[in-house]
Amino acid sequence: MPPKQALTPNAGPPPRDVVAAIRGVSKVYSLGGHEVKALDNVSIEFRQGDYVAIMGSSGSGKSTLLNVLGCLDRPTTGQYYLAGQDVAVMDDETLSRIRGRYLGFIFQSYNLIQQLSVVENIEVPLSYQRPPMPGGRERCLKLAELVGLSKRLGHRPTELSGGQQQRVAIARALVNNPHVILADEPTGNLDTATSHEIMDLLDALNKAGRTIVMVTHENDIAERARRIVRLRDGRIESVAEVRREALPAGG
Amino acid sequence: MKFLQQLRLGFRSLLLHKLRSALAVLGILIGVTAVIWLVAMGEGVSYQAQQQIKDLGATSIIVRSIKPAEESSRSDSNARMGISYGLLREDFERIVTNVPTIGRAVPMREISREVRHREQFIDGMVIACTPEYFGMNRLKIARGRAISEIDMTSYANVVVLAHEAAVKLFPIEDPLGRAGQIGQEFYVNVGIAAERSAAAAIGGSLDARQYDRDVYIPLTTFRARIGDRVFTSRAGSFQLETVELTQITAVVDDMKEVDATADIIRALLQRYHKVVDYAVVVPKELLEQAETMRAMFNVLLLLIAGISLLVGGIGIMNIMLATVTERTREIGIRRALGATKGEIVQQFLWETVVLSGTGGLLGVLFGFLCGPTVNGVRFGVRASLPEVWAALPPNIRNLEPRLAPWSIIAAFAISVGVGIVFGIYPARRAANMDPIEALRHE
Repeated sequence: MPPKQALTPNAGPPPRDVVAAIRGVSKVYSLGGHEVKALDNVSIEFRQGDYVAIMGSSGSGKSTLLNVLGCLDRPTTGQYYLAGQDVAVMDDETLSRIRGRYLGFIFQSYNLIQQLSVVENIEVPLSYQRPPMPGGRERCLKLAELVGLSKRLGHRPTELSGGQQQRVAIARALVNNPHVILADEPTGNLDTATSHEIMDLLDALNKAGRTIVMVTHENDIAERARRIVRLRDGRIESVAEVRREALPAGG
Repeated sequence: MKFLQQLRLGFRSLLLHKLRSALAVLGILIGVTAVIWLVAMGEGVSYQAQQQIKDLGATSIIVRSIKPAEESSRSDSNARMGISYGLLREDFERIVTNVPTIGRAVPMREISREVRHREQFIDGMVIACTPEYFGMNRLKIARGRAISEIDMTSYANVVVLAHEAAVKLFPIEDPLGRAGQIGQEFYVNVGIAAERSAAAAIGGSLDARQYDRDVYIPLTTFRARIGDRVFTSRAGSFQLETVELTQITAVVDDMKEVDATADIIRALLQRYHKVVDYAVVVPKELLEQAETMRAMFNVLLLLIAGISLLVGGIGIMNIMLATVTERTREIGIRRALGATKGEIVQQFLWETVVLSGTGGLLGVLFGFLCGPTVNGVRFGVRASLPEVWAALPPNIRNLEPRLAPWSIIAAFAISVGVGIVFGIYPARRAANMDPIEALRHE
């Protein structure tokens, strides 16, 4: 691997208010002998309180980008600064700890653990905190209340509607007080009304200062964000600021 | 706290598939129960053998007459004269006078003879002995009296019957005072011995021998009425044998002197006997042999039990591999939410340990049921199949399993160990999944 410095001229840790930054990130897969560039020299910065929607057709590289941002995948080249550290070079165990400490995940299919109750699902990230976070249980209860599920703490995921499950997932994504919340098509499995409820919740979280990065292919969902990054063939095609006034009042 | 949490999590994950988990637990349960039961049975058998040997007396030395092989027989191979072999009365005198460490010694002569009373008869063992024989063999007299010195000096035709012999010969009448017949002679019944369990044979093997058909007469009477020369039938042909004494039992005062005394007796007999027509048996040595046997037996049992635990372990591994495949998604979620590979390994190892530990605990519980089960089976067989019961050898009829504490601890520890060993592969497989792939898994 060539030195990263050479490929990324603007190297070095980003300023304080940038919670996550990728610089010159490429991801190359070798599929059946020939190489596929899923990401090609992508650089983005996410500031504290940012709300970014990543859009693009399938194969544009948005899933790969989210995996890299989620520390689930390492870039082939380039740097990824998260909480001031270059995580692109970290080993598997350290990456696990970074995920647990700085990131919150929201998935399209909720991804709750079936044999655990609502409150236990919210608690899962806490069991992987080293050192353990103080006041874990109370935090979970508070978050359950925040997402409106304080009356269903003992329920199993199968006993909840899709919207309720996604609320549990959101609470779970908040429990470790993450620097960045990564949402992968958070409304993909929900009907329109429920989608809007979930998006209202995400909006509120962002207003409260949370940094949210969201992958979606729905325009009306993407327009809830402050910025829309469009990907095409592994490159950033455009970055657009969303004008709030364009949205109908009340969402 | 962490420990309890892991334990609880393990239980709940396993409860997702109750039947499957129960079957895996059953595999281990059977293995652990097998270990405990087999060891308990083995301990019971060896305890019985040891008791029997102890009954013979750890301080006693038994010298038996042994019929030598035909060609090396002491007689001048005169078929009409028969053969003569074995211990002589002289040997007894020599041993008593020349070996100072011997406290007391008892001579004995035995032949198998038909004993009858009117139409009743048994193929009994006629034991000709001295009064000391009863004390030395801890043979209790239930009714009447034992052979006395006066019987000895007066060559009295008296007999003491063993328990079963008395019952068989005198089904209706009171045997005491009545006469039984041995050969052509009548003997007055003066006593009945108490019931006695089978013991290791005095011949030197560990086979159990029934004492219940013995009849005891004074040694002097035997010599006078029956004599040293007796016809024995073997393989259809009669043979005349001359034997003076069948057995000499010597008791040494000090346990430490037993081995040395046995050596002196061997040397003494060797000098006067051209052929080895005797055997010196030291119960203490038998005890040591039995100890070795027990150790070997235990190794064998552990091997069998180990195999069953191995099979249980393979069952667990199989189930855990299925579980890991099924819970791929969960593994992906946990990895995304911050679990390291080590933590995933831990989680699944805990589950296997919960499985095998539950099996182990239940196995120990069932292990405790060994005694009651054996008793129940014994009762059932005795009540419903009396013929089968009667045909069983006495050391099986009287078998008392003895739970060995070490086997309980070992069985449980091994079951948990089996869980860890057979859990490592599935757990590692779970941990090494690519989280992205795992999250995509349907």
